[in-house]
Amino acid sequence: MIEKIKETVKKLFKENKIDIFIGYSEGTLPLRSTPCFITRSEDIEKLVWNSYCSNNLAVYLPRFFVSQRGAKDAKLPRIGILAKGCDGRSIVGLIKEHQIPRENIYIIGIHCGGMINTKKIKKVDIVAAEEKNDKVLVEDEDKKKVELKKEELLADMCKTCQYTAPAVYDILLGKEKQKTKKEDREAFIKEFEKKPLEERWEYFQEQISKCIRCNACRQACPNCYCKECFAEQAKPRWIGPTNDISDVMFYQIGRIFHQAGRCVDCGACVRACPMGVDLRVFTYKLIKDVKEFFEYEAGVSLEEAPPLATFKQDDKQEFITEP
Amino acid sequence: MKNDNNWEPKIVTFLCNWCSYAGADLAGVSRLQYPPNIRVIRVPCSGRVNPFYIIKVLQNGIDGVLVSGCHPGDCHYISGNLVARRKFALLKSFLEYIGIEPGRVQFSWVSAAEGGRFVDIIEKVTSEIKKLGPSKKLSKWQKEAEYIKEILK
Repeated sequence: MIEKIKETVKKLFKENKIDIFIGYSEGTLPLRSTPCFITRSEDIEKLVWNSYCSNNLAVYLPRFFVSQRGAKDAKLPRIGILAKGCDGRSIVGLIKEHQIPRENIYIIGIHCGGMINTKKIKKVDIVAAEEKNDKVLVEDEDKKKVELKKEELLADMCKTCQYTAPAVYDILLGKEKQKTKKEDREAFIKEFEKKPLEERWEYFQEQISKCIRCNACRQACPNCYCKECFAEQAKPRWIGPTNDISDVMFYQIGRIFHQAGRCVDCGACVRACPMGVDLRVFTYKLIKDVKEFFEYEAGVSLEEAPPLATFKQDDKQEFITEP
Repeated sequence: MKNDNNWEPKIVTFLCNWCSYAGADLAGVSRLQYPPNIRVIRVPCSGRVNPFYIIKVLQNGIDGVLVSGCHPGDCHYISGNLVARRKFALLKSFLEYIGIEPGRVQFSWVSAAEGGRFVDIIEKVTSEIKKLGPSKKLSKWQKEAEYIKEILK
């Protein structure tokens, strides 16, 4: 697979189709791959593709264009990007919201088999790791090797991933992967919905009280490209500077609600969170609602209008208070 | 400090200038009685109401929020209330999901000619929020208020 990617990128540089390529290179720690930016064809050898390429690369794209937006003689870079299913859907969202021009992006789509959540490996002293088919060999300090099944280590969102390959791409690599059933996907939301009100509030409070407002979830999210975030806005000042729980709740509700109809469940926020806040149980609720109410899924097509920018005459309105 | 026995809720209402605000005006002109618990904020359209306003109101210790706009199809700006309807459907569902009581945040349609309907809705919303009791969940000042209460004892 990696040979195919390298070959494609080499060709793109040779034909002078791209200026920068965004992919993954080997991380400094085992079980980690790090995003890498390639500007010369000599560096292509650095690229890797494995089950640790979990970062959502789409988050870097708007930054290339933001400074030149509106300039008349702007020289926009042409960017090649390696896109898994979720990255690809994020890219579609960014194109739709006019953050990146489609013609400047060359998307190398790739069928993704899911990424590993390293937190699921309970060992601390891992010195080396090797991936073989559907197994991961982990070596600790005493050179003791342990074989782990990849399936058990998959991140939660990858386990129930619906779109393993991007919907919009210029070239698609790899073989199609098996899809999961819809029922499995929403099971954890339905279970949470069934809990009594106070229990839900307890859980929300418990999770939010972990938050230290480091804003890592926002930085990792490809949808959060605002120049000025409401969290730091001074006029009006939405959130106080304290770590009062109501301020933290305002931040989290605001951030999660901003993703309504845009979140693609890539899990970047969950991975970025240093305090282990269970964000997915709240972000996925909005994905479910948007699908249920407006029959819309984020990042699947370039033509469909974003759900909150449009309307239908017969939209759901049972929630309206009648006398 | 409020005595718990005769506690009255404070409700913030966002009323659309072109319909619900005029509806409230009509109720007043017609001398219809309704509970004095509401505080009116006039907005140009229900679509102008940012979901953040609603959360901020609750954070500032208000017990309930009502957003009222024109009936679907009657918007002064043609589609403001229809776009708002989508936003509010998601917001209401999400707030209930995280554990805010369903009656705390409400939405309604009232036209400029419906003074009676406005009164009915205010009565219904007020009695519902009265049943729920003071809003504590998102309130920022709750802890402070309890602390002051403790000191005053």
